[in-house]
Amino acid sequence: MTGDPDLQRSGEGSALSLRATGAWTAPFAPSLERLVADAEKLAGKKIDVSIDVSEVSRLDTFGAWLIERLRRSFTTGTAEARIDGLSANYASLVDEVRRVSAAPDGDATAVTITGMLGQIGRSVAGIFGTVAALIDMLGAVIVASGRVFIHPRSFRLTSTIHHLEQVCWRAVPIIVLITFLIGCIIAQQGIFHFRRFGADIFVVDMLGVLVLREIGVLLVAIMIAGRSGSAYTAELGSMKMREEIDALRTMGFDPIEVLILPRMLALVIALPILSFLGDIAALYGGGLVAWFYGGVDPEAFLLRLREAISIDHFTVGLLKAPVMAAVIGIVACVEGLAVQGSAESLGRHTTSSVVKGIFFVIVMDGVFAIFFATVGM
Amino acid sequence: MTQDVTDPIIRVRGVTVQFGATRVLDELDLDVKRGEILGFVGPSGAGKSVLTRTIIGLVPKLAGRIEVFGVDLDAADRASRRAVERRWGVLFQQGALFSSLTVRQNIQFPVREYLRVSQRLLDEIMVAKLVMVGLRPDVADRFPSELSGGMIKRVALARALALDPELVFLDEPTSGLDPIGAGDFDELVRTLQRTLGLTVFMVTHDLDSLYTACDRIAVLGNGKIIAAGSMADMQASEHPWLRQYFHGKRARAVVGESAATAVR
Repeated sequence: MTGDPDLQRSGEGSALSLRATGAWTAPFAPSLERLVADAEKLAGKKIDVSIDVSEVSRLDTFGAWLIERLRRSFTTGTAEARIDGLSANYASLVDEVRRVSAAPDGDATAVTITGMLGQIGRSVAGIFGTVAALIDMLGAVIVASGRVFIHPRSFRLTSTIHHLEQVCWRAVPIIVLITFLIGCIIAQQGIFHFRRFGADIFVVDMLGVLVLREIGVLLVAIMIAGRSGSAYTAELGSMKMREEIDALRTMGFDPIEVLILPRMLALVIALPILSFLGDIAALYGGGLVAWFYGGVDPEAFLLRLREAISIDHFTVGLLKAPVMAAVIGIVACVEGLAVQGSAESLGRHTTSSVVKGIFFVIVMDGVFAIFFATVGM
Repeated sequence: MTQDVTDPIIRVRGVTVQFGATRVLDELDLDVKRGEILGFVGPSGAGKSVLTRTIIGLVPKLAGRIEVFGVDLDAADRASRRAVERRWGVLFQQGALFSSLTVRQNIQFPVREYLRVSQRLLDEIMVAKLVMVGLRPDVADRFPSELSGGMIKRVALARALALDPELVFLDEPTSGLDPIGAGDFDELVRTLQRTLGLTVFMVTHDLDSLYTACDRIAVLGNGKIIAAGSMADMQASEHPWLRQYFHGKRARAVVGESAATAVR
């Protein structure tokens, strides 16, 4: 039924007749392309060219286009190549591809110095854009909370509770597990190194201060940025892609009030709770290691802990939590609303939500360190 | 084609599909003949898309046998399944264009995967397909999110046709198009069927499409094919749903119109 395609040449002088045979269809496209390219080398030398297609057993768009390409390459100014023996069924297909004009150029862009410099410039300008977008969102959220404060009926309690369950309750096991392990590791390392100068007991001081002031809240914030920040961005981003946010707007709802405020509020409530749980889990883990590995029994551990830390350390840690939650939430929502129509864009913004979220959490931690040092806490 | 013309291109026998406790398709039989445009209708939720997706292998079936191009898709090995998949094209209801690829890359994607041809030929074929579905070549470098609904359908059809398939599945190709756009689309399907010798399996709700584009109509109801035949057969049928569908207010309007154009 189908033979391999071929293109036979004959004719003398300026005359050339090409005879196409076999199946000129997509599966044979690679060899067809070679055949046509070989024949095209004769273009310009031959004037009187005819292409006989009467023995073509099957023809599809690929074959029809290649025959049309062949015809065009032999058609120069005065002389026009003929196509002979075209059966009626295939004539309409050839007519169809005849309407094709030259293909537009590909979108491949060359790498140039100016292009690279331009890229750097855009990235730098993008930093200001990011900061502006964050401040913009912060303002919008504050305005929306003000509105909700004046009209408490418009507050979305159900939605807030739902998000609270997602970001707080369901995060408890993993947060407790990770902080517990980190507490264990800190205690083990502390004992291992302090033992050399007989200062085993000071591991309790280190553990207490480190966990309550820094590690507890920072670790929880980073995990929440990865866990809930990314979820917020993906949720809002896919809603944006499906025009759900536009739909809300046209119904007279404010997306900030309906979608973002409950999420932000849930996060701001969740992070202090999770930090508190994380602090306890880390101290508990550290205490266990101190007992079994360092030989500090629980009574001595608690006694030492009470001496080593004041309520200030604990307050400092927990004061940071809501602010970090707000930073994570704002970054996640800005990124979510910036998603464009494609799946790739969704992935890019989710990544950058987590990366920027963690970055700003650490920046905020530094700012807090300076602040609390100044006020003497 | 020297293959037996009477041999159906799709043969569905006793196919049963069940989701949980609901039986969507119940021992369904259906034949699609080579070279025809089969319009597939039925009430919303009757399982038209489910049947399409079962034939192309996206929905698992409880029982039954599906042959496409004479190949039993369950018994076929990976290679022959791929060979069958290469010979059909699918237009999904929402277009299902790859959102992170441009129109050009979307259309070239299947070609690039199956054939080792030059970039030049890829570009030329891409333009040929765009022209065939009635689009201008300058949409080639746009992303799907920058296209209108009708353009998405057309690009999706161009992608479905990229490898010159013998069989295309169209899932509600004219839904969401304006009447003129839908009419153009029907015309397009007709033209392509004529020029490329396609077999078309078209799920549709659009009476106009049934009148202007389809050679044969199959009706799905209660998980079975309740009727199959020409438009005249459908109109002559006594089945209550068919009577309602083909003699309803909207149907009469369409029939009236096509009668009027025939007279003109």
